[in-house]
Amino acid sequence: MNALIWIIGGLIAMLGAAWVFRLGAQKATNNKPYFRDLPLGVAFGYVFAAVALTFSVWYFFQPRAVEGVPQAGVIFFRWAVIGILGFAAASWVFRTVFRTIGTEGSKKLFRSMPLTAAFGIMMIIIYAFVSIFAGLIAPYGQEEILGAANVVAGGDPALGGDPEFPLGTDQIGRDILSRLIYGAQNTVGIAFVTTCLAFLLGGTLGFLAAVLGGWLDQLLSRMVDALMAIPSLIFSLLLMTIATAWAGSEAWLVTIYMIFIIAVIDSTRVFRLSRAVGQSIVVMDYIEAAKLRGEGLGYLIFREILPNALAPLLAEFGLRFCFVFLTIASLSFLGVGIQPPKADWGTMVRDLSQFINFASFAPNVAVTPLLAAGAIALLTVAVNFVVDWMLHKSSGLKE
Amino acid sequence: MSDLLLKIRDLKIEGRSDETWNPIINGIDVDLKKGEVLGMIGESGAGKSTVGLASMGYTRDGVRISNGSVVFDGVDLVTASAAVKRDLLGKRIAYVAQSAAASFNPAHKLIDQHSEGPVQHGVSSRTDSEQDGMELYRRLRLPNPDEIGFRYPHQVSGGQLQRAMTAMAMACRPDLIIFDEPTTALDVTTQIEVLASIRDIVEQFDTAAIYITHDLAVVAQMADKIKVLLKGDEVEEADTRTMLSSPKEEYTKSLWAVRSFERPAKPAINVKATPVVSIHNVTAAYGTVDVLHDVSFDIHAGRTVAVVGESGSGKSTTARCITGLLPPRIGHIEFDGQQLPLDYKKRDKSQLRQAQMIYQMADTALNPRKSIGETIGRPVEFYMGLTGKEKRKRVDELLAEIELEPTEYFHRLPSELSGGQKQRIGIARALAAEPKFIICDEVTSALDQLVAEGILRLLAKLQDELGLSYMFITHDLATVRSIADEVVVMKDGSVVEQGPKLDMFQPPHHPYTDLLLSSVPEMDPDWLTNLLQERGVDNIGDAAVDKM
Amino acid sequence: MAGLSKIILQRLLLGIATLFAVSIIIFIAVNALPGDFAQSILGQGATPEAVAAIRDQLGLNASPVTRYLKWLGGALQGDLGVPMSQALFQSFAGASTGGDVITVFDQIVPRLKNTLFLAGVSAAIAVPLAVTLGILTALYRNTAFDKAMNVTTLSAISSPEFFLAYVLILFLAVLNPVFPSLSNIFPGMEFSDRLNKTMLPALTLTLAVTAQMMRMTRAAIINLLASPYIEMARLKGLSPMRVIVKHALPNALAPIITVIALNLAYLVTGVVVVEVVFVYPGIGQLFVDSVKIRDIPVVQACCLIFAAVYILLNLTADILSIVSNPRLRHPK
Repeated sequence: MNALIWIIGGLIAMLGAAWVFRLGAQKATNNKPYFRDLPLGVAFGYVFAAVALTFSVWYFFQPRAVEGVPQAGVIFFRWAVIGILGFAAASWVFRTVFRTIGTEGSKKLFRSMPLTAAFGIMMIIIYAFVSIFAGLIAPYGQEEILGAANVVAGGDPALGGDPEFPLGTDQIGRDILSRLIYGAQNTVGIAFVTTCLAFLLGGTLGFLAAVLGGWLDQLLSRMVDALMAIPSLIFSLLLMTIATAWAGSEAWLVTIYMIFIIAVIDSTRVFRLSRAVGQSIVVMDYIEAAKLRGEGLGYLIFREILPNALAPLLAEFGLRFCFVFLTIASLSFLGVGIQPPKADWGTMVRDLSQFINFASFAPNVAVTPLLAAGAIALLTVAVNFVVDWMLHKSSGLKE
Repeated sequence: MSDLLLKIRDLKIEGRSDETWNPIINGIDVDLKKGEVLGMIGESGAGKSTVGLASMGYTRDGVRISNGSVVFDGVDLVTASAAVKRDLLGKRIAYVAQSAAASFNPAHKLIDQHSEGPVQHGVSSRTDSEQDGMELYRRLRLPNPDEIGFRYPHQVSGGQLQRAMTAMAMACRPDLIIFDEPTTALDVTTQIEVLASIRDIVEQFDTAAIYITHDLAVVAQMADKIKVLLKGDEVEEADTRTMLSSPKEEYTKSLWAVRSFERPAKPAINVKATPVVSIHNVTAAYGTVDVLHDVSFDIHAGRTVAVVGESGSGKSTTARCITGLLPPRIGHIEFDGQQLPLDYKKRDKSQLRQAQMIYQMADTALNPRKSIGETIGRPVEFYMGLTGKEKRKRVDELLAEIELEPTEYFHRLPSELSGGQKQRIGIARALAAEPKFIICDEVTSALDQLVAEGILRLLAKLQDELGLSYMFITHDLATVRSIADEVVVMKDGSVVEQGPKLDMFQPPHHPYTDLLLSSVPEMDPDWLTNLLQERGVDNIGDAAVDKM
Repeated sequence: MAGLSKIILQRLLLGIATLFAVSIIIFIAVNALPGDFAQSILGQGATPEAVAAIRDQLGLNASPVTRYLKWLGGALQGDLGVPMSQALFQSFAGASTGGDVITVFDQIVPRLKNTLFLAGVSAAIAVPLAVTLGILTALYRNTAFDKAMNVTTLSAISSPEFFLAYVLILFLAVLNPVFPSLSNIFPGMEFSDRLNKTMLPALTLTLAVTAQMMRMTRAAIINLLASPYIEMARLKGLSPMRVIVKHALPNALAPIITVIALNLAYLVTGVVVVEVVFVYPGIGQLFVDSVKIRDIPVVQACCLIFAAVYILLNLTADILSIVSNPRLRHPK
């Protein structure tokens, strides 16, 4: 109750401050149109932002430990702030560099790019690099048991860390850094293959349905409608039950089945999109002109339709990849996805999750499950930022 | 001067693209007295609508007034506060938009939207303004004026909506109304009654108006004085009669001259010759509904047949039957005396090659991902089997034919061309097949007049050089006059009248042809007045069509 | 109005047809299990009697069509069969004695109630929040506020639910013990206590759903504000409030309702992971546990319920958006 009174009181105080701020600004600027027409809500927004910023700066500079007891809240907040600012700075540098090197086209692209998209592209490049060269980068093998279990992250022996294992080890003594790196290869690689498969299947059928129309279109569309009526995570869980029964004790077979199951389920979404995109292109006069010229189906699809469908399909590929990636991570988290001992991020989160309860007295310990989950989030955030920018660009700066 | 209602001085407007602000309007002055009507004309991109909205102190998103003043009755709308502007808008300055169908809120009845302004501005009560609305509907000659207001926008036709919107603008008896192309989206026969209503009501209430349009003949009927804009600059301004009779500037003269292009008449057709294309008793249906009824006409070598009619008359459907996209239910098509398979899929390459098509919207007719060279090169390769250097040589020839510099345009994408240039590429693609016969589907209606004129001249030149036959689909009788040899008039899927152009433009005609012809606005400022006297106010537009 | 009710009836029939198709898909999927699945459950060492008992118990001797019709008929009457674990127990204990058999139905109902409670709490927070924020970001688009919200919501959408869940646990349960991190809900507990224990999972779902809902609301409103009739309303000199309430809102209703229903449908999926993280005794948890032990009757039933809820919500969205369309409500 007390907290509630404080919150409401604070809000009212800020509203008052906003009113004073607006009045003052009107007086100071001699009633400039901007301040004259400023709604109180917007003024409140400014005050609120100022208060939040001040509090953040104040909190950031609080001592990290009081009388030897770590202030976990402050420590996590500092990590978060430093992380966000660090990424922002890195993407700024990345964008600045690519504004000066590269071809004319790429320079122009980077010049109009928001920081979020630059961040996205940078992260995608980093993830691609790590997952391709995982074997070279990782200090240890992903299944290698190295003796010391539960080594704390941070590499500080005083806190139970070990410089040999900068991110510590898990319950059975495997290096977490190595497993994270291999996780990139396994999780990202599998998600990528699955998405490609979904596009191959859904895209082909979608375009065929759009161009040919008629009974084929009807049949495929009704089938897709029925498949899409089952929530996709539920459906994949159901099918995974059956897949594990078929696979028996062969763990790698489960992974193969999972790729196919998720690809098929996701191809329904791809089908819908490519059919819609295809239909919007098919009605164009240049398609009619090509048909009347006597062109065949292959020419129509590959030379006339596909080049015009690439932009929306590419954006959809990004979104689908995120979705597939999250589905696989969720399945692994629930224990029916990628099978151990292969390292993958979903499983790692589940296995390490109880460490989070140590956060208040040993922040370094609690961070490990968040690292794996964060690795998933970071990639999907990056892809989404890029897709968001692409969609915004292709919508023709309407807003 | 105290009787100046609106005074705009050195108005500059900028628009944002790619994060920078670019000028749209570069300093325009407007003076408007009480009760005066200013016609503002210009081609697309001239900034007419932007100036129109700015004279209400309003700019769209991504546009800003960067300089100048808009003084309405002593209040500068550029610097006025939002509340002051709100008080004027709707009450003393009103707006009539181009598309009434999109500008009425689909969720409310017409009369509710009508009375909203007066009630909110405190001008009159709800019942009074509803009564007044019905009175205005009556004056604007809307059918069932007492009931039509209780309909939703989607239940009312386009021409009627446009008049209902004019009534809505009149609701507070404003001093100034901005008409932004109010008749552009309408058919000619509908346009005329909207024009007549607008002019009457503006005169009755002595309202000042700015009438924005690209159509000179329309503005000649409506305006006391005319201002010509070009790319954000004023070209000239003068009272209507002076402007029409003796324009000063070259640009204005060229606009006026467009209307004078007319091809010399050709000798009569040799009746014994086999027509290039012959349409025999074609009846066609979408689904189960017949949309074409027993259509027959011939197109002879080297001649242009214009197919005229309003939207929904079946012009484009006839074209689809000829190309085989819509196989007719009854009847057939002959080409050089040979019967063509009805479905285009059954026609062979040479049959397909002989008949080509040019489309209305050049934007959708060219694949945006293909360079000009690829677009024109494809039929060259497909039909003629030319590749490599030979193909390139042929494409260059074709580009020269359509008066575009080959080396400059070969690698460009359609997005790097202007509307007229795109249309020329469409022509080149048709020519590449070396056809005998080309269907031109409203090829000039999306273009500005000067550009359209260029396209018509090019088509005429190509016909003379290559002996092509055209089927020219259009709703614009001025275009018919300038290019056609024979005319086919269509209405509701049937041919109403057909014959040589000269006969068609001479009386006596079929009554519908007569209505169409007489509804096309002319440059004479007295044309509308005379016409109304001739026909009587109750015998124009939809009413006249319905009487047929 | 006849046209409108006809359209709605069509949609309803379509919804039922879809549910029927879904039940067939689920049945086929389950019957794609390899070999004799009574055998595979019991393992190689099982006695023929035990296998026969289980086959009998599960009705595996009938033809697939008969089994499907029987299952569907049962499901329609609320009889979803007996969980595998129960069947196993009975087959070892000898003949089924009846009486205290726990059916799938008994197992599912209390958990479904819990899940609906969780989804309800999330929706109660998420819907008003998302719609308000969506309208605000649309009104103040391209400002710093809008851009900050854009980045935040994109991040929230992109993060897996378990990441959001653990971040919330970290901040609201471990560092600042405001809410418990485990949701041990049991029947007969007090509402406030129940709410308190449901709060963290509900907040996780709220985060995930609000972001999506807000972005879609924003897009719908911006799309609407760009329409000529809104410009017309402004040019009539109406107050901004009136423009929004009288002119934008009636037309925004359909898209916003669709957005809400679609996202509530999304909750159905999200609930599975969140329930596992917080050990919340809902149907999602039951589903995942049954998947792991391959308890087919339960998996089948849960799947059908999830699909039914999902179809129902989509159907509601469809019908509501038809009803709120003036063109359909007032035909020519």
